[in-house]
Amino acid sequence: MDFLLPMLVDGLAASALIFFIAVGLTLVFSVLRVLNVAHGSFYAVGAYVAVTIGGVVMSAGAPQWLSFPILFLSAALTAALLGPVIERTFIRFTYGKPEAVQILVTFALFLIFEDLQKLVFGVQAYYQDAAVNVLGISDIGGIIYLNYQLLLIALAAAVVVALRVMLHHTRLGKMIVAVVADPEVSATLGIDTRRVYMAAFTIGVFLAALGGALASPNSGVAPGLGAEAIVLGFAVAAIGGLGQIEGAALAAVIVGIARVLAIYYVPQLEPVAPYLVMLAVLLVRPYGLFGAATQRKI
Amino acid sequence: MLHFIIILALAAAFAAIPAFFPWLAFVFTLVLAKGFAALGVAILLRAGLISIGHALFYAVGAYTVGFLSSRAGVNLLIPQLVAAAVVSGLFGLVIGLFMVRYRGIFFAMLNLAVSMVGYTLLSKLYTLTGGTDGLSIATPRVLGMTVGREAFEAILLYGGLGLAFVVGIVVHRYLKSPMGEALPAVESNEIRLEYLGIAVPRVLLFAYVGSAVLAGIGGAIHALIVGHITPDLAYWTTSGQLVLVAVLGGIGGVAGPFIGATFLESVRAAAVIYAPDAWNIIIGAGLLVVIFFLPRGLHGLIERITRKGERP
Amino acid sequence: MSAPLLSVRGVRVAFGGVKAADGVDLDVNAGEFLAIIGPNGSGKTTFINLATGYVKPQAGTIRLEGRDITSARPRDVTKLGIARAFQIPQLFTEHTVLENLMLAVAANQGFWRWQSPLGSPAVREAAMDLLTTVGLADMVGASSNALNEGARKLTDIALALALKPRLLLLDEPTAGVSTDEKFPLMDRLAAVLRERGVTAVFVEHDMDLVRRYADRVVVWNQGRVVADGAPDAVLTDPAVLRDVVGVL
Ligand SMILES: Nc1ncnc2c1ncn2[C@@H]1O[C@H](COP(=O)(O)OP(=O)(O)O)[C@@H](O)[C@H]1O
Ligand SMILES: [Mg+2]
Repeated sequence: MDFLLPMLVDGLAASALIFFIAVGLTLVFSVLRVLNVAHGSFYAVGAYVAVTIGGVVMSAGAPQWLSFPILFLSAALTAALLGPVIERTFIRFTYGKPEAVQILVTFALFLIFEDLQKLVFGVQAYYQDAAVNVLGISDIGGIIYLNYQLLLIALAAAVVVALRVMLHHTRLGKMIVAVVADPEVSATLGIDTRRVYMAAFTIGVFLAALGGALASPNSGVAPGLGAEAIVLGFAVAAIGGLGQIEGAALAAVIVGIARVLAIYYVPQLEPVAPYLVMLAVLLVRPYGLFGAATQRKI
Repeated sequence: MLHFIIILALAAAFAAIPAFFPWLAFVFTLVLAKGFAALGVAILLRAGLISIGHALFYAVGAYTVGFLSSRAGVNLLIPQLVAAAVVSGLFGLVIGLFMVRYRGIFFAMLNLAVSMVGYTLLSKLYTLTGGTDGLSIATPRVLGMTVGREAFEAILLYGGLGLAFVVGIVVHRYLKSPMGEALPAVESNEIRLEYLGIAVPRVLLFAYVGSAVLAGIGGAIHALIVGHITPDLAYWTTSGQLVLVAVLGGIGGVAGPFIGATFLESVRAAAVIYAPDAWNIIIGAGLLVVIFFLPRGLHGLIERITRKGERP
Repeated sequence: MSAPLLSVRGVRVAFGGVKAADGVDLDVNAGEFLAIIGPNGSGKTTFINLATGYVKPQAGTIRLEGRDITSARPRDVTKLGIARAFQIPQLFTEHTVLENLMLAVAANQGFWRWQSPLGSPAVREAAMDLLTTVGLADMVGASSNALNEGARKLTDIALALALKPRLLLLDEPTAGVSTDEKFPLMDRLAAVLRERGVTAVFVEHDMDLVRRYADRVVVWNQGRVVADGAPDAVLTDPAVLRDVVGVL
């Protein structure tokens, strides 16, 4: 059984990356009431920005440890450049619109992003794995682990805690919670909902971009990343219950374990394991594990 | 009446143009293929349901033809088309039983997820699907006759146009029937429909299976005209095109998706030459323009003309 | 006495901490016009939601002629002969008034057709009759989301009538209808219902209407039935006057 634990770490590390997408998706949904189909594109862009900056800095002979903060910097840069602009120019026109319009608009954005990535970064795959190497490995009880993977899991857990603290103990967080509860009342209480929307969206972009940046040292970047990212992110968010941060965390763990089990028992099913979990969960609980049906008042 | 005359005139133009520009015959046959599939997407759109995974059924239709041609040795046009419709309908039934429980974003994303599973399987099940190499399709016999490639392509174009007419009338009648009129009612007030004693899942399942059959027919025509198919047919970019074609053409009438397909395939023919890397940007920008400025699509323009004509 | 048409026993449901039904026992007898009165938020609409399967009770049973319908869905209940009109009209806003009605008529007679038009002559005629009954004959072509509140209410009621129910549940049928239209509307409605032998429950805030049309009055307060009886008796009960009618 000693190979099961490393496999589990592997699975959870992969899940941690999906969690970064899912948690932003869920956060943005709960505030803006828009499920952004283009959200996975931020993951892809974050990855591209990270390998690009990483590549430039590393080839300039910078110390290896620098590759690590660069990942965070890339995510912040992506969020700052894209978050407010995309929210103000496209997303805001869909507020309060029928879901069909929201889906079409964000899907259109996704398509545009898909080609923009190819135009800006080309179609070749990139690798920049300095961050994995610099962290090295641990030998725990005779089993070798990549420290980078352990770090990913820890970071995902830290994001859950950080979001909790941010939402309940900061000014911005409290405003976000108020807007989630009731946007109209919040507006009459003097909360600048426009700013809250922009901030929440940008946090979502940052989390997705961080996921992509953190994924790049391990798996590199290549076209098509965004599509898989959004579908996996949605699967995890939906399993947890849309709008549920802790739900997304639990769902990510379940999906990670499911993948490990799939690799162990039916390796061919590994790529579709997250979807099978999603289908199974939604069959039994159409609103996800932590989600509740909201009944229209009649 | 005026409406029908305009549609007839458009169809006549559609039939005549390839006679003068033979290289367009291929493009126009693809238009029909995409038009059938987009008509399926449009039926669901009437109920407010966006499938961003309908390329799966397009691929199922295409691969049914591919499998019959290259694996089972059935090189007969009519049986191939019928099989494509039936098989994609069966896929639609099984997947639809699950899908009709969901609305809005869940419906959209679950369709996307299922199509991605389908794409993966098409790429991986090498013995059945030829993997990423795909399958080649020989020119089939038509009504027991062996035909040359050129004649076959003409048969496919004009036979396809005839089929589009027949199917268009059937779908039009469906949309005007109680079950068809219930589709917009699902979007506007599903609760009231339930309170009329109508089983909404049944209404939607019928629409879903119908839309899968239409997509399958489209995929079959695609396979036959191109002669080679790959898993890309099931990829989400194909689904995106189908949604764009439906929205661009407009869901107000059955001619809409075909008009949208004509427009899009013409743009594509140009894009291949001038902007091959920006195809998705064109589709995405097109979607945005239509949503914000032309909510009833190109078909809406015809509606506007005929309304002016009929009301003095 | 014959068995009640609808029989509700010990029904409870709470939303968060709000007890919208707190042990409701109520019988609706065949052929009667039963008025429900009570303050806003007392659970009147919830009662209709429970009786039609839109809200599931956390305890208790609901029976229709002895048959347990506690866990039935709205469409099952509808097929068993219960129809409802809504406090907030529930219309098909993408369809015209006539099309709304034709959908309802078709729902009741041959809905599962896919190659014959919704507006067959018989369906069209039945829909027109219903619109005439509620006084909307000159609105047929109007888009249903362009109507004023009163006309929306009337369309909503006509949709319920189209189902030819045995039991009709009307949630504030005259709210939003102009004052001088209330009595004529109820006159026409009562006539049609009596003629067809339909049992009716109506939630009402206008005591004049209650006195005029109800055979029996049930008073609701905080999720409970607090009084039940003939209009004369109930509407003169000092406790009812103080706690309920006084705050309406
Ligand atoms: N679906 C629901 N979700 C949450 N609370 C509800 C719901 N339906 C009713 N309530 C609450 O239950 C109580 C009773 O409501 P309702 O039955 O509509 O009262 P009435 O029709 O007598 O005005 C109210 O406090 C209302 O807010
Ligand atoms: Mg009420």
